[in-house]
Amino acid sequence: MSKHGLIWKTAIVSIVVIATNVIGNYALKVGLDQVGTVQSWSPLPYIRAFAHPWVAFGVTCMFAWLVSRLLLLSWADLSYVLPITSFSYALSAIAGALYLHEKVTSLQWAGIGAITVGTGLVALTFPETVVLAPPDTGETESEE
Amino acid sequence: MIALLVALVVIPGTIGDLLNSYGMKRHGEVADWSPRGLLRLALQLVRNPYIMAGIPAMAISFFALMSLISVSNLSFAIPITASSYIVETALAKWLLGEDVDWHRWVGTTLVAIGVALLSI
Repeated sequence: MSKHGLIWKTAIVSIVVIATNVIGNYALKVGLDQVGTVQSWSPLPYIRAFAHPWVAFGVTCMFAWLVSRLLLLSWADLSYVLPITSFSYALSAIAGALYLHEKVTSLQWAGIGAITVGTGLVALTFPETVVLAPPDTGETESEE
Repeated sequence: MIALLVALVVIPGTIGDLLNSYGMKRHGEVADWSPRGLLRLALQLVRNPYIMAGIPAMAISFFALMSLISVSNLSFAIPITASSYIVETALAKWLLGEDVDWHRWVGTTLVAIGVALLSI
């Protein structure tokens, strides 16, 4: 794939990773607030929590987040993916201020600014700086 | 108990990220996005030992984060996860051989500071 194509593909998949993370975290927060404390070495309380529709929706979103993040990591560096996808924190705060009318303090606005500038700086770099040869090329159609 | 949960969020999360990144990089860029291609990818990933070790590590971190959020404030839980970004970036450079230039160092540090500020 051309450099230009890879940059576009990275941008689109990054947006999917960020969106599923923001929506998933919000759904989990709403669901877990209704379920109550979940802290046990037994899996049963977690399974019971998953029966709650908001938690189930949140877990589904987090599964989509995991899959899209794995796809992104198949070409993009971890040191690129981590800060870029952390833009979800800034987005969650902005969404909270706009739609849930949550109060955002000046320190939090500074945090949103720092995340935005940090994400922008990392976005200036090319997402892929290391390519590892696959151990068995088999049916993989990834090499061009 | 909270210190144990923090360790269970950060350490398996970092190991999981490194394993998943290495496993996916070894697999190579996913180019076939058709349903059949994605199904074939899923079958390949099941046989990828790095991914098969990375996903349970991420799951441990995720469940520990669920527990941590249920017993502490987000203002405590989220900065803890943000602080691991800088450690993970350093490990990505040294263990995965990524080219981490000043844009990425400064950007990642700003993101970690920003996430911490958001939670105050």
